[in-house]
Amino acid sequence: MDAIQTVRATDRLAEIREQASPHVSLQPDRTQLLIGIATCANAAKARETLSAVQQALQTQGLADDVDLIQVGCVGRCSLEPLLEVRAPGEAPRMYINVTAERASQIVAQDVGGGKPITDWLIDEGKRPEGELEPDTAEAGAINHFIRDWQHVNFFARQLRIALRNVGRIDPEHIDDYIALGGYEALARVLDEMSPEDVIEIVSDSKLRGRGGAGFPTGLKWKFTREADGDPKYVICNADEGDPGAFMDRSALEGDPHSVLEAMAIAGFAIGAQQGYVYVRAEYPLAIKRLEKAIEQARELGILGQNVLGTDFSFDIDLRLGAGAFVCGEETALIASIEGKRGMPRPRPPYPSESGLWGKPTCINNVETLANIPPIILNGAEWYAGIGTEGSKGTKVFALAGNVENTGLIEVPMGITLREIIFEIGGGVPDGLEFKAAQTGGPSGGCLSAKYLDTPIDYDSLREAGAIMGSGGLIVMDSNSCMVDIARFFLTFTQDESCGRCTPCREGTKRMLEILERITQGKGEERDFERLQRLCDVASRSSLCGLGQTAANPVLSTMRHFEDEYRAHIEEHRCPAHLCRALLHYQIDPERCVGCGLCKRVCPVHCIVGDPREPHVITEEVCTACGACFDACKFDAVLRT
Amino acid sequence: MLYQREVLDTPEWWQSLDQFIARQKAEHPQSVQTALIPVLHYVQDRFGYIPEKAINHVAQSLGVPTSYVCGVASFYSYFSLEPRGAYTVSVCLGTACFVRGAQAVLDEICRQLNVRPGETTEDGIFTVSDSARCLGACGQAPVMMVDEDVHARVRPQDVADILAEYTAKARAEMAEARATAEA
Repeated sequence: MDAIQTVRATDRLAEIREQASPHVSLQPDRTQLLIGIATCANAAKARETLSAVQQALQTQGLADDVDLIQVGCVGRCSLEPLLEVRAPGEAPRMYINVTAERASQIVAQDVGGGKPITDWLIDEGKRPEGELEPDTAEAGAINHFIRDWQHVNFFARQLRIALRNVGRIDPEHIDDYIALGGYEALARVLDEMSPEDVIEIVSDSKLRGRGGAGFPTGLKWKFTREADGDPKYVICNADEGDPGAFMDRSALEGDPHSVLEAMAIAGFAIGAQQGYVYVRAEYPLAIKRLEKAIEQARELGILGQNVLGTDFSFDIDLRLGAGAFVCGEETALIASIEGKRGMPRPRPPYPSESGLWGKPTCINNVETLANIPPIILNGAEWYAGIGTEGSKGTKVFALAGNVENTGLIEVPMGITLREIIFEIGGGVPDGLEFKAAQTGGPSGGCLSAKYLDTPIDYDSLREAGAIMGSGGLIVMDSNSCMVDIARFFLTFTQDESCGRCTPCREGTKRMLEILERITQGKGEERDFERLQRLCDVASRSSLCGLGQTAANPVLSTMRHFEDEYRAHIEEHRCPAHLCRALLHYQIDPERCVGCGLCKRVCPVHCIVGDPREPHVITEEVCTACGACFDACKFDAVLRT
Repeated sequence: MLYQREVLDTPEWWQSLDQFIARQKAEHPQSVQTALIPVLHYVQDRFGYIPEKAINHVAQSLGVPTSYVCGVASFYSYFSLEPRGAYTVSVCLGTACFVRGAQAVLDEICRQLNVRPGETTEDGIFTVSDSARCLGACGQAPVMMVDEDVHARVRPQDVADILAEYTAKARAEMAEARATAEA
């Protein structure tokens, strides 16, 4: 055999780091402006803000003295666009709702003139500086971002491991990732560890799959390593299909290299040379940044032949999904990569034995992978020290719905719903009451207020009738109708059912029909029993997770909100005033002053009445849209 | 886009498709059908849908039955077998958008354009998507998309202005395309 001079990977990485020119610095000697550019930020017109900042820097003559850096999303979505100012020797400042107009003023007054505009700075739930919670102190040790922002409630309760770099680095610039310790875990694995050592660390960390099912990651790696077959493959499942979940998108858009590094480590551990990222076509920005990241890693010799100069080779390619929710299921995902209809098949054999093209394949979710490099660097014990008995580490949640602070958060396992919704999330807006929290998307369930103090981990959520799922957490207020929510999820699963197995194909359809009937006020007493039986059959006999869990939203709402079902069925009444077929609008002639506002906003022109005379709604034409109810300034429109 | 379809259907493009297929096949010589989904993406990126002509062409190039290509193309909601309007309008019906009133926004769009979800307006300007899936912009719910532009926190009363913006744009583009074609 040829005597190949193998280099130590850590030395090679050190060389790369020396030549790197990172954009981001934690103790900058120049002023740096960090602007979040991600799908959520772009929806808030962050690109316009970006050009305004660029232009303002030009006009102020500051373009050469100030670095403008595009980063991923720090997770505080509803205040976007966000602009962070980091100046040498000063505490970082974060500007919120930075419109193009505000941007020019911020550049002129703060960056140029040294006078921060305090009214536009993030200040919610500000706690006294210096008062650091023990959790936060620990978080600060590994995450500079949390340390900087520990005085803001939204950030203070978080512990960012998977998202450690998101919002901190320029995701399109590999040098940033490397400057913050990126690819060090991979180098260390290649130099110092055997594949078995790596699997042992991951097993000892007790990391469980973050895609929903919670299977121990170390075990999955071990099975794939031990399986017969060559070649083997690593797949990153980035087919984030749960409506209301966007943690994988954010992780890929903000820090794609974490995932690539972890895939290479997985490849080394299981004995694979090729990896695929299966990513949704609906995430164009994530795709673009992944492509760029792969290319940059190849250029530096971190991916491809002889990774970091060693005799280990590993490369990664992208595969785009095409809008099928069921492809998040691992066997369906594999079928899709193979160019087939994305339909699941019965397991066993599991992909670890027979996966892509019949070869042993290890499939891990984005968030699971993003946890791997810190686990390798800080050790299994460190990771296993965070969280609860059965669920270690942290979990990323996409906090959305009727909650004040929507966004992306990463919290230690074992935190309660109350802490997430009321402390981090700032509670329910508009003075309304909390009604339910939905976790786990279409496979999960709705939890009522009595579960607010349940610690969140895989097992306690399952006991309560919900699941951890991939991390969508939707808060619902008293205006949400729980029967309608169950109907909503069934519409989704019924539409996405691939049709292969009968219990799921027919079961979801029949369940949906019953729920539609109930929301239209045509429910019958026997519908309870019928739903129960359908749920039972679909959960027990469906082929894959989609059908097995499709009943969860129905079961959990029937269990925790039975009174709402009863109101619909027995009294033909929707307590949340949401199911249109059950609503009636009338105008109280005593209160109506005849201003005509309702008449103008009515989309179907069903309100009649002369000026200054009481108006009347023609019920036969009324579509119960509620526009008049919202418009009336005299509370004269009555809703029953 | 609808009014550009003839312009897009060029011999050069079909050649580039053949090259793309050849590259994809070379990557996975052991199972050429692996190339199918990337190839369908390539076609749809060009035309906004998958024309019948392309289905036959792809099937022949990959040596798989036409029915197989149809089966795959119709399975995935991202692929459309019908021509689409100049702009595809979709309202995210993910959970977060739903609880924040996305359905009312979609209803308003359909009412204004006089179509049902999945249909294209008579003037060929808008197709209202019936398969919009969560975009992951839940923090800005409810959101609507016109092609890749995301509009955040849309209320039913905002719909008219948003649609008008694109109608004007489409009309201008159509006039321009027509002028170029005539010249």
